[in-house]
Amino acid sequence: MSAASGAAPNWVPRKRRGAEFFLTVLAVLIGIGAYCAVGLGVEGKIPGGAVKLGAALIVLAVVTHLVIRRIAPYADPVLLPLVIALNGLGLAMIYRIDLARGARDPDWEPLANAQLMWTAIGIVAFTAVLIVVRDHRRLQSMTYTFGFVAIGLLILPLLPGIGRTVNGSRIWIGLGPMSFQPGEIAKICLAIFFAGYLVVKRDALALAGRRVMGIDLPRGRDLGPILAGWLVSLGILVFQRDLGSSLLFFGLFVVLLYIATERPGWLVVGGGLFLVGAYFGYLTFGHVQVRVNAWLDPFGDPDTNGQIINGLYGLAHGGLLGRGLGLGNPDLTPYSYSDFIVTSLGEELGLAGLMAILVIYGLIVERGLRIALVCRDAFGKLLAAGLAVSIAIQVFVVVGGVTRLIPLTGLTTPFLSYGGSSILANWAIIGLLLRISDQTRRPAPAVSTFDRDEPTQVVKAI
Amino acid sequence: MNKPIRMMAIACLVMFTALLVNVNYVQFVSADSLNAKNGNKRVINEQFSRDRGPILVAGEPIVESVQSDDQYKFQRKYNDPELYSSITGYFSYLYGRSGIEYSQNSVLSGSDNRLFVNRVVDLLANKQPKGGSVELTIDPIAQKTAASGLKSLGKNAKGAVVALDPSTGAILAMANQPTYDPNLLASHDFGKVAEAWDSLTTDKDQPMLNRSTQQILPPGSTFKLVTAAAALEDLNLDPADKVKAGRSLSFPGIDYKLTNENNSSCGGETITFERALNVSCNVSFGTLAGKIGQEKLAEKAAAFGFGTDPLDGLAASASRFTSEGTDLEAPQLAQSGIGQYEVATTPLQMAMVTAGIANDGDVMTPYIVKTVRSPNLKVLDQADPTRLSQAMSGGDAAKLKKMMVSTVTEGTATSAQISGVDVGGKTGTAQSTPDRPPYAWFVSFAPANNPKVAVAVIVESTNVGRDEISGGRLAGPIARSVMEAILNK
Repeated sequence: MSAASGAAPNWVPRKRRGAEFFLTVLAVLIGIGAYCAVGLGVEGKIPGGAVKLGAALIVLAVVTHLVIRRIAPYADPVLLPLVIALNGLGLAMIYRIDLARGARDPDWEPLANAQLMWTAIGIVAFTAVLIVVRDHRRLQSMTYTFGFVAIGLLILPLLPGIGRTVNGSRIWIGLGPMSFQPGEIAKICLAIFFAGYLVVKRDALALAGRRVMGIDLPRGRDLGPILAGWLVSLGILVFQRDLGSSLLFFGLFVVLLYIATERPGWLVVGGGLFLVGAYFGYLTFGHVQVRVNAWLDPFGDPDTNGQIINGLYGLAHGGLLGRGLGLGNPDLTPYSYSDFIVTSLGEELGLAGLMAILVIYGLIVERGLRIALVCRDAFGKLLAAGLAVSIAIQVFVVVGGVTRLIPLTGLTTPFLSYGGSSILANWAIIGLLLRISDQTRRPAPAVSTFDRDEPTQVVKAI
Repeated sequence: MNKPIRMMAIACLVMFTALLVNVNYVQFVSADSLNAKNGNKRVINEQFSRDRGPILVAGEPIVESVQSDDQYKFQRKYNDPELYSSITGYFSYLYGRSGIEYSQNSVLSGSDNRLFVNRVVDLLANKQPKGGSVELTIDPIAQKTAASGLKSLGKNAKGAVVALDPSTGAILAMANQPTYDPNLLASHDFGKVAEAWDSLTTDKDQPMLNRSTQQILPPGSTFKLVTAAAALEDLNLDPADKVKAGRSLSFPGIDYKLTNENNSSCGGETITFERALNVSCNVSFGTLAGKIGQEKLAEKAAAFGFGTDPLDGLAASASRFTSEGTDLEAPQLAQSGIGQYEVATTPLQMAMVTAGIANDGDVMTPYIVKTVRSPNLKVLDQADPTRLSQAMSGGDAAKLKKMMVSTVTEGTATSAQISGVDVGGKTGTAQSTPDRPPYAWFVSFAPANNPKVAVAVIVESTNVGRDEISGGRLAGPIARSVMEAILNK
């Protein structure tokens, strides 16, 4: 840590809550506007649910805004509006898929209402995080608790009885009619655990080492933690058949190791282990080979790769400006409301809209990393950086996958995809980031010292 | 820890830049090729419900889109379907497009770049974009005459007719038998479409094959025109010069003998070059081919267009003199000189040979699209006749033309005579395999002094007994009636 960031800032950050309010109004308008546009596009009229959805969005936005004003007044003012805009767009697109699928299939169960409910629950979680975690440094004392909770959550889907296999991946648990992906919550717990663990161990991991070709490589005996992280990720790949989460957890761990130790050597070791794991996965698992082949040559086997091909068709059909909300055929793509929601948005909002969405994600990550930069304590720095990087990796993996930049792996698109656990977890992440931000930007409490000695001065100093 | 965080910020920037570049690549750079993929339902749905432009022949629509009251809004309608199907092709939800519907799709569907302004205007007016129209070079009377000529041979006869304007390369007629009804494939009743498709694709007579351009068969004696052109140039032969004839041509050290049709002697041991063409003497042309040599003969064939696909807008096969890399022995070279062995051509190619001779040696690039218009009838593109190659000198062409005229007046091609008009022609009867009837060919042009039309006709098989099949008898009358249809205008 540099000396400058350790010292209390000598400037008082502005709260900018008014700016946040203005941006939030814009974000809510985007959501409501998109919802109305869907209705106009599909049915030629503003949908009946528009008032309900509009009211719900406004209430949720106002509530979150007031919560921040009250209990995190110095928090970053840009994050919340960005997230609300994404959440609103996601709701509108899920409603749009509902309309298309419902028209073809009378048994289709609408998803938009459930997503709206989960958004509300997510905002409750967001508020709860802000209220319960008054100081993020408290979390550090529970490092290992979060580590065990994370492991427990990851193992849950493997337990007989409550674990469920959906599309070949065993990452769901079912409780009655509800299903849930504990991995999403585990992501946050792991980030806290990694941050807490590395803050303590970073000196040992950072100091000893050997220099090979200009890169400091760690000692063999210090490889333990990274090997453990690697094995856990491989375990997820082997037992849960979930490529995406495996990649996300390992990437998060390696990045945090690097940030904590400031040694690029860890990236080399991590990259090497990733290549070994990926090669092993490719050789061992049929589904990994299918994904890689679909990436290299999707049109070689159109029957198997229908999903990615349809996603690409959707994007191409959208072109520069898109078909317009409600006017394309995003429902032709399987999972157009979850994993492939980005191609649905690309089809109807076009390249212009999709680039805007990617830039929103980029801004969220940038604000997250900025929080990490400004943060004064090592744990907060690591945690904020870890959360921001996890969002970046997740967006890269899922958007890159559906747009054929990299092989397709299943992950949810934060705030857009249909799915309760994902919405809940990502709102909680934003809650944590805002908490760290508020903690960091809040002016240090006034400390009374002997600075009022002027009246007793005999000779004026200057 | 700030330095690695900054590094990670750069890494994230790189990742997001990669995503942005990639979506630009997918949605902008490769969008057109993705949209053109077969089985892309989005594009099919959209194009299937477009107000597609008509295909016109002499100002009349032979294909048009009419309103329909189902979800696709428009139904593609083929007027006179059997007559034009091998040119127009089909437009099907399940099976895509073929023919002009395929090659001119961008104009017909309205997505062509030249229609950009129209699309913007339609977009602003909130109107469905409308397709442009495509006018063909086909002469409807010649087309009908050609089709009814093939029909008169009987239902089981297979054949094709191609007529060209020798001076421009415009295709005036392109008729095939058997053909099919593209309305069956354009229907919105997809179950019936699938049935029709199955029966059309499994039909052993291949009704969806455009025999005029896609099927290569041995041209037989009509190929002697190419051999003659090579002899005029490379051997400096004159029509009056004497060439070897007689009953058979033998080769030293080989048992095989090349003989004439019906075992004739061609009228002597030596006859004039002109007479050899008149009576289609195999021995004479086999001998000439041997003297010319494989290389020069192949060059001459290539100069007439062999080995290339000359036609834009319709699926076409390249004709061949030999297969790739074949080195001809003497008997094979002699056979090739009379259009046998590995020589195989499309009717279009033989029409181009005839048109080239008629057009003073210049082979024009054939074309079938005359004008392309926007929905408001503004001309977007007009065919511009171009020379494909100079196959022979003007002097040689004049000599060969004269020889072909005398073949019609006093040779094997008398069935093409038209009173009051000088016609040049050549018959052909090509053997393929012993177990199937030979192919009857006929090529001709008229009038000789200022050629307006060149025709190639092939009849593959008929009910006529094997002995009676000859180019002059079966194919000649069809060629004559097509020429008459064009000249009488």
